[in-house]
Amino acid sequence: METAIAFWNILRKDIKNYYLKPPNISWGIIFPLSWTLMQLIRSQGNIEIIDLLPGLMAMSVLFGTTSMLAVTITFERRGRSFDRLLIAPISVSTLVLAKILGAIIFGIINAFIPVVFAAFFINLSGINWAAVVIAVILIAATCALLGLLIAISAKEVFEAQTFSNFFRFPMLFLCGLFIPIEKLPAVLKPISFCLPLTYGTDILNGAITGSSIFNAVFNIFIMLVFVVLLFYLCHKNIRKKWIL
Amino acid sequence: MSIINVTNLRKLYGEFEAVKGISFSIEQGEVFGLLGPNGAGKTSTINMMIGLSRPTSGHIRIDGIDAIKDIKKVQKIIGVIPDENNLYGEMDGFDNLCFCASLYGMRKAEREKRAIQLLEQFDLTKAGNRLFKTYSKGMKRKLTIAAGIIHNPKILFLDEPTTGIDVESARQIRELILNLKKQGKTIFITTHYLEEAQRLCDRIAFIVNGKIVKIGTVDELMEDMEAGHKIKLQLGSSIKGMKEALENNFSDCRVEMPDENSCLIISKEPIALYPILEFLNSKGISVYEAKQIKPSLEDVFVKITGTSLKTKKERVEK
Ligand SMILES: Nc1ncnc2c1ncn2[C@@H]1O[C@H](COP(=O)(O)OP(=O)(O)O)[C@@H](O)[C@H]1O
Ligand SMILES: [Mg+2]
Repeated sequence: METAIAFWNILRKDIKNYYLKPPNISWGIIFPLSWTLMQLIRSQGNIEIIDLLPGLMAMSVLFGTTSMLAVTITFERRGRSFDRLLIAPISVSTLVLAKILGAIIFGIINAFIPVVFAAFFINLSGINWAAVVIAVILIAATCALLGLLIAISAKEVFEAQTFSNFFRFPMLFLCGLFIPIEKLPAVLKPISFCLPLTYGTDILNGAITGSSIFNAVFNIFIMLVFVVLLFYLCHKNIRKKWIL
Repeated sequence: MSIINVTNLRKLYGEFEAVKGISFSIEQGEVFGLLGPNGAGKTSTINMMIGLSRPTSGHIRIDGIDAIKDIKKVQKIIGVIPDENNLYGEMDGFDNLCFCASLYGMRKAEREKRAIQLLEQFDLTKAGNRLFKTYSKGMKRKLTIAAGIIHNPKILFLDEPTTGIDVESARQIRELILNLKKQGKTIFITTHYLEEAQRLCDRIAFIVNGKIVKIGTVDELMEDMEAGHKIKLQLGSSIKGMKEALENNFSDCRVEMPDENSCLIISKEPIALYPILEFLNSKGISVYEAKQIKPSLEDVFVKITGTSLKTKKERVEK
């Protein structure tokens, strides 16, 4: 019960202090939307909105989640308020879960904003929503954990920003969001298959457009492996780097 | 039985040994002070005891619990006031307190009641709905202390509670610490202010360069000073060249002359003033003032550790 109270309040504080602040909300929405507009204008109508949707959703999560967590945690570390969480009688796992859950929820909400917009223009009835929801949750979880991993390595807020961009911009191109993996140069393909977002996007592609590289169960399994692996890495590194 | 036992505690940062194998114990209900200059290793010691830092070697037992293995159990019963005011700048005073209380599993009604009560106690009721970042230094310090005691901990760790704040806030904080002691809390406090240690602590440990050089009550520490008496006389005219005459006449005494118009009479026995005054009077020297000089804890510190507590800057300011 005591753990639950602490957990819920950490989550609530982050949502109130960070996720509901207008600049942060807009960053997760404006960037993906302007990107889509650019794509639509450039393609001059040769492209279907529904084909853009999976990439756009994945991108919204990626941009809403990764840097958000990296930056807010680095910010709390700099101001030393993060020490309060480390000296509270809650385990590191509880702390990690509370911290990433806010980012995950934020990522999930971000993912469905493009869907709402798309619903005005196209018919979305053919979509496998269960698979979409699972994919979005898993993408948000891996992106949040990646953000946390970045936060553990960064000392300054600007470092956290730079590191997140270092990861997410390449992922934009390597994970099949807008350029299908088959069309990537052969040297880059192996890198694609090392990134969790590739599998998450593949589930979305399968569920929304019907074409995917792997089957959904395999993708989900790989994503879960990434979640466990990243969680383990975060947990280990927090104990190593934050408790000096 | 002691409530805190620290044995052979060491901390290395890379090659640098910040804490060099210190040992001490603290009794239940005691105010124990770790007194030393900046960089002595006070914060490093406290951080190891509260679980913010891992000892290189050594043992810490707090309330019967192994604080290195079971730190999460220890953290339930301790309150920590860190050296920096580390609350959330974007939250107001009341929310900050409630949030800190929630980390210890306190329920909403209970934590709000405590928060209101603490704001009142610290004279911060009006500032309760202002953002923490708008507070003055003294207010920030007080709210940080309130946050550290909101869950009613059995043992308190305060790292330099009054460093760098205004006189009035510092006074309020000292008063509060003494109140907490009255409630039976065990208090571990670090400071580089001697007067503060002297006023608050039951026992004091001198720490210098990562080593504890002496532990004792203020009285025990003072005993270390040369037992004896010292009287300073303020004179109307110079007594240059009379040092010997004085010492010959009063064979128990030693005479020092810090400047031309004053002299120090030092003796193991209590000094009878009248004969000295009479002697000086007969030589035509008026005595305007006679003052007993007591050795301060500061003198004790300097004598035992061979270093001063104050930084160069502070000495210049004085
Ligand atoms: N994280 C750290 N890494 C390296 N050296 C450190 C670290 N923290 C403290 N030190 C060094 O250890 C010594 C003791 O520091 P500290 O415990 O903060 O002293 P105090 O609190 O008594 O002023 C200082 O010389 C300080 O520079
Ligand atoms: Mg310190």
